Amino acid sequence: MSAILEIKDLYASVEGTEILKGLNLTLNTGEIHAIMGPNGAGKSTLGNVIAGRDGYTVTAGEVLFKGKDLLQLDTEERACEGVFLAFQYPVEIPGVNNTYFLRAALNAQRAYRGEAPMDAAAFLRLVREKLKILDLKDDLLKRAVNVGFSGGEKKRNEIFQMAVLEPTLAILDETDSGLDIDALRAVAAGVNALRDAGRAMLVITHYQRLLDYIVPDVVHVLADGKIVRSGGAELALQLEEKGYTWLQQEDQQVLESS
Amino acid sequence: MSKQASQIDQLVAAKYKYGFVTDIETEGLPPGLDESTVRAISAFKQEPEWLLEWRLAAFQHWLTLTPPNWAKLDILPIDFQAVSYYAAPIQDKDRPQSLDEVDPKLLETYEKLGVPLHERARLAGVAVDAVFDSVSVGTTFKKELAEVGVIFCSFSEAVQEHPELVRQYLGSVVPVSDNFFACLNSAVFSDGSFCYIPKGVRCPMELSTYFRINAAETGQFERTLIIAEEGSQVSYLEGCTAPMRDENQLHAAVVELIALKDSYIKYSTVQNWYPGDENGVGGIYNFVTKRADCREDGAKVSWTQVETGSALTWKYPSCVLRGDNTTGEFYSVALTNNYQQADTGTKMIHLGKNTRSKIITKGISAGHGQNTYRGLVHVGKNATAARNYSQCDSMLIGKTCGAHTFPYIEVKNPTAQVEHEATTSKIGEDQLFYCLQRGISEEDAISMIVDGFCKEVFRELPMEFAVEAKALLEISLEGAVG
Ligand SMILES: Nc1ncnc2c1ncn2[C@@H]1O[C@H](COP(=O)(O)OP(=O)(O)OP(=O)(O)O)[C@@H](O)[C@H]1O
Ligand SMILES: [Mg+2]
Repeated sequence: MSAILEIKDLYASVEGTEILKGLNLTLNTGEIHAIMGPNGAGKSTLGNVIAGRDGYTVTAGEVLFKGKDLLQLDTEERACEGVFLAFQYPVEIPGVNNTYFLRAALNAQRAYRGEAPMDAAAFLRLVREKLKILDLKDDLLKRAVNVGFSGGEKKRNEIFQMAVLEPTLAILDETDSGLDIDALRAVAAGVNALRDAGRAMLVITHYQRLLDYIVPDVVHVLADGKIVRSGGAELALQLEEKGYTWLQQEDQQVLESS
Repeated sequence: MSKQASQIDQLVAAKYKYGFVTDIETEGLPPGLDESTVRAISAFKQEPEWLLEWRLAAFQHWLTLTPPNWAKLDILPIDFQAVSYYAAPIQDKDRPQSLDEVDPKLLETYEKLGVPLHERARLAGVAVDAVFDSVSVGTTFKKELAEVGVIFCSFSEAVQEHPELVRQYLGSVVPVSDNFFACLNSAVFSDGSFCYIPKGVRCPMELSTYFRINAAETGQFERTLIIAEEGSQVSYLEGCTAPMRDENQLHAAVVELIALKDSYIKYSTVQNWYPGDENGVGGIYNFVTKRADCREDGAKVSWTQVETGSALTWKYPSCVLRGDNTTGEFYSVALTNNYQQADTGTKMIHLGKNTRSKIITKGISAGHGQNTYRGLVHVGKNATAARNYSQCDSMLIGKTCGAHTFPYIEVKNPTAQVEHEATTSKIGEDQLFYCLQRGISEEDAISMIVDGFCKEVFRELPMEFAVEAKALLEISLEGAVG
């Protein structure tokens, strides 16, 4: 078991405000980790920093991806290396066909790896195969990227893109929010289909419900810019039951007893 | 961290591929403008007396006018005395009788521009009239067109060969006194294209004019007149380029379209005049008056323009929907990069009953570019059940450019339905990050997003030109990414 992602004592700020404050996290191959935590804790910020979004400044610490310094790479290079972010708020691109977009992305990544572009017929076969897993309607392929998609369709489209691009590290930012039960199952099926010994996933969520379908190896709680607690799948259940204040109270007790 | 922000700023350096100069001897007039200039131009063209009188009247009126200043354009005062009003490549005394006799340097120029004129390499299905500075150097497929009765020739030739048509329609859509630049054009216009589509004829090929400014310190003042008789149809295209020069050059054109009963004129422009350099030095000043008169019932005119060139664009292709059940459409993509400025839009004047108009505009600003949509929808009191739909979208690339929208609506008939939508979006942040995160390079991402944004307009262009327009947009946005 080797590490796909190693984050060491990471500090990052957005527009001068420090959001991540000494975050440590290691994901090994084949693992799925869940990240939970209160609103505004810095979960999406973590995803954006890993993906290399403009405006997110790392002030200290390291991020290693497959042993390489990820922070040295441009955003698109990180993607081509196999980092995928399923957006909390997927972006609309009017006039750009969804299939065209995805094929451009796939071929950009293939070019980066020195592979020939995939021709239209082979791409179509790949797409059909992945669509089945996600139970997505064909017509979403013909429409512009995310334009006029329902909230659930947007989220499913993210996972569909992930399924086609087959990343090494996938970060799913609240992909479950706003999904009905069937969609949730479809998304989980997409994620589980990709689950294998060569990959790792970071699943950001507020609800333990998702973790019934995607069973995590580790659950972390991110609060105020750092990981404050890590545990097994049962941690999510406890959080669901008792809320984040429970953690704070516990910490308080630990403090008092020491 | 990624270098997105600085890269966007760099995506402003356009590469202009058509900036070469053709080394050819020209004859013409020295800079300066007075009555003798007007007389000299008319004499060069051996024009009939009535046309000289028409020009002189225009000139006298022009002397009373001052340049308009209502547009959102930052223009240095133009010295009209510093412009040469006529330049023409020296050719045999009589105009070449066929394209084979045209100076090879000219043929080569058009070949380099991607519009070969000679028999072997002509664009299939597109007849071309090539205008070089102040004159037309040749028109292709004339014989084939004549067989179906379509007249397609240079304006000068039309004056000689079809004076009755020219006299009947010239100035009937854009009167001499219409505006400062149209009035100037009326006095000093040199060449342009003339099309006449007879009754019931569907023009068997695209007609197109390629305008090229070559000589220095020369203005181009072209005049185009298209007449579509009852039940006829035509698709016309114009393209424009100019060499790179440090001085601003003046281009003031007038285009008049006359659409008679149940006819259809589709007019497309790909305007790629030299835009100036990345510091805003040089470039064409483009002042154009284009207007269509849907003079009789059931006529339809559709304007499509892709404006990527010129330092400055002042242009409002319009439709007068005079007949009942007439239709006017305006589809526009205007891109301003570096220090380019565009103030462009349309006027839809609904006068007849059941008239329809549609306006779709896409303004893209990058660098320090300023892009303004200015449009008027007028519904007259007799225009019962008139309908208009307008959608004006602006896109900003980077933080130093600007987009502005001035829609004017005047409705004098209560049954009218006028709908206006406007959006301004910024590429940059979220869309760009989304593409980059999927592995797409910044340059590809920007052209993909911009192309998507313009889709509704591009699909109105004839096939080959849609491809050209897309490529042009990409070139205009090209920059040093890396
Ligand atoms: N671009 C930005 N500009 C200013 N502040 C920002 C920006 N992005 C994030 N923040 C701030 O950083 C903090 C962390 O935000 P983040 O989106 O990472 O939270 P989160 O844990 O994902 O919350 P949620 O559960 O609500 O999605 C918040 O206080 C947020 O307001
Ligand atoms: Mg979030």
